Amino acid sequence: MLEQIEGSKAVARAVAQCRPEVIAAYPISPQTHIVEALSAAVKAGELAPCEFINVESEFAAMSVAIGASAAGARAYTATASQGLLYMVEAVYNASGLGLPIVMTVANRAIGAPINIWNDHSDSMSQRDSGWIQLYAEDNQEALDLHIQAFRIAEELSLPVMVCMDGFVLTHAYERVDMPTQAQVDSFLPPYEPRQVLDPADPVSSGALVGPEAFTEGRDLAHVKQLQALQVIPAVAGEFAVEFGRTSGGLLHSYRCHDAETVVVALGSVLGTLKDTVDELRGAGMKIGVLGLKSFRPFPLQAVREVLRDAKRVVVVERAFSAGIGGIVSANVRMSLSGLSMHGYTVVAGLGGRAITRASLRRMLTDAVDDRLEPLTFLDLDHRLVEGELARMRRQRRSGPAAENILRDVGAVSARIS
Amino acid sequence: MTAAEMLSVAAFIDGRHAQAFPSFGSERTGAPVVAFCRIGDTAIRTREPVTEPDVVIIQDVTLLYQVDVFGGLRPAGYVLLNSTGGIADLGIGEIAEHRPPGHVTILPASELAMTHVGRPLPNAALLGGFAALTRLVSLGSVEAAIRARFADRLAQSNIAAAREAYEFVAARQQEVARA
Repeated sequence: MLEQIEGSKAVARAVAQCRPEVIAAYPISPQTHIVEALSAAVKAGELAPCEFINVESEFAAMSVAIGASAAGARAYTATASQGLLYMVEAVYNASGLGLPIVMTVANRAIGAPINIWNDHSDSMSQRDSGWIQLYAEDNQEALDLHIQAFRIAEELSLPVMVCMDGFVLTHAYERVDMPTQAQVDSFLPPYEPRQVLDPADPVSSGALVGPEAFTEGRDLAHVKQLQALQVIPAVAGEFAVEFGRTSGGLLHSYRCHDAETVVVALGSVLGTLKDTVDELRGAGMKIGVLGLKSFRPFPLQAVREVLRDAKRVVVVERAFSAGIGGIVSANVRMSLSGLSMHGYTVVAGLGGRAITRASLRRMLTDAVDDRLEPLTFLDLDHRLVEGELARMRRQRRSGPAAENILRDVGAVSARIS
Repeated sequence: MTAAEMLSVAAFIDGRHAQAFPSFGSERTGAPVVAFCRIGDTAIRTREPVTEPDVVIIQDVTLLYQVDVFGGLRPAGYVLLNSTGGIADLGIGEIAEHRPPGHVTILPASELAMTHVGRPLPNAALLGGFAALTRLVSLGSVEAAIRARFADRLAQSNIAAAREAYEFVAARQQEVARA
């Protein structure tokens, strides 16, 4: 049924329809509305049997999810930003133990400087954690991906992170098609665990593995991720049959046929990019968009198929690795081994900075003319960076950079948009 | 933010596509906050803030002197202000002069809210005024959006505020049309 609701509420309802038996969470913006709605649903008895556990930290949230999952329960949690970092040790354990936990990451920047707004620094920091990572383009896809995530996780016995842009999606009201409980029940069978902690049939979970078999254990993690390259599109295909719409999969290409320039991105910027590409196509530019839906596993072959005939690739990403540059870009480059094309990395939308069509249009026009720097920070105010560098040259005690830069920006209250 | 959300729900009830989202300046009541709403006949894909609005609703006129609230407003755009003052008192004569007659309208939304709801929360009244001013959503859909948001008595009082606001602005529009 079509409804106009907030992204967080849509996701909370989809998660509830997946009948999790244990939800453990600690609130953090911009994830809060999701777990608040789930907590209310559990308290009202709308989601039963299910235990909602208000834990004392994110580390506890993931630890409780691990315990619940190991005991055979379908387990869910959600977090963002510093919260994700705080649970990292347990995040790696969940994947290493092969526990099919589903977690929403309401993407938010990581401090310092402290910032509550959106970018992908949090989930990107966990790209090597062994979790499957799926990225939602809009709220319809966000809710659909959660339903698919439990299927994928339980089929592979691997945890899945569903990443949705904080505020941009979590706090946006838009039209979504909410599935019925019967549809979700028919798509998602009850959880059948591969391993259960049961006093009547004791096993050891998380045994110490020495040099004699650790490499094999790690290789198994990679093999399972490669299996996901088959499972993710298969689940998306079945989803399309059951629910009558396409969502998820490994990637989605838009107007890439005959494109000389392909823009690669993930998450909610894809919508703005498609509108921009439509404008540029209208002006005669041969340009398309490749949206990555699965970042782990990274669909090397599928990305190569889309990009192989292009002349240049522009990767627009909401995070970066200080000291080298693009993270998504580095992965995209791996898919292009032996192919020759111009590659550009554009870091955009950090810490909530709006990514506008006007800026994308300017940047893509520069890219097509091959005038773009290999690493570009979209809409960067060079004066602010230069000002701080000059201060550091001038005096030893130049003071805290964040405060200095804010002073240079001027009255923050006058710039609320 | 609540007003933008309810406006998107009203447009949805009218059968249109709508998107509402906040721009958080600071997460505390009383701090300046901007929220956006787009209404269209096809799916809305872009996520950028609205930089060239067709309509600006100003809930707190003290912002007029702190923020460039009219930045990017379309030449034939609408402005709905929550105030009891006049256009000249608010110092926005120039904004009004450059727009078609009646496009800049003042509504005592907080006062209507005090009368009907008992608290100075102007959202519902402003949406009623918006419906009368722009005809972009119907009053019936605004009422339905209020009903979807609030429980019975609170919904009724907010609907009463929205109706009176609608009539207030509709009457002003008729005066302009006759002038």
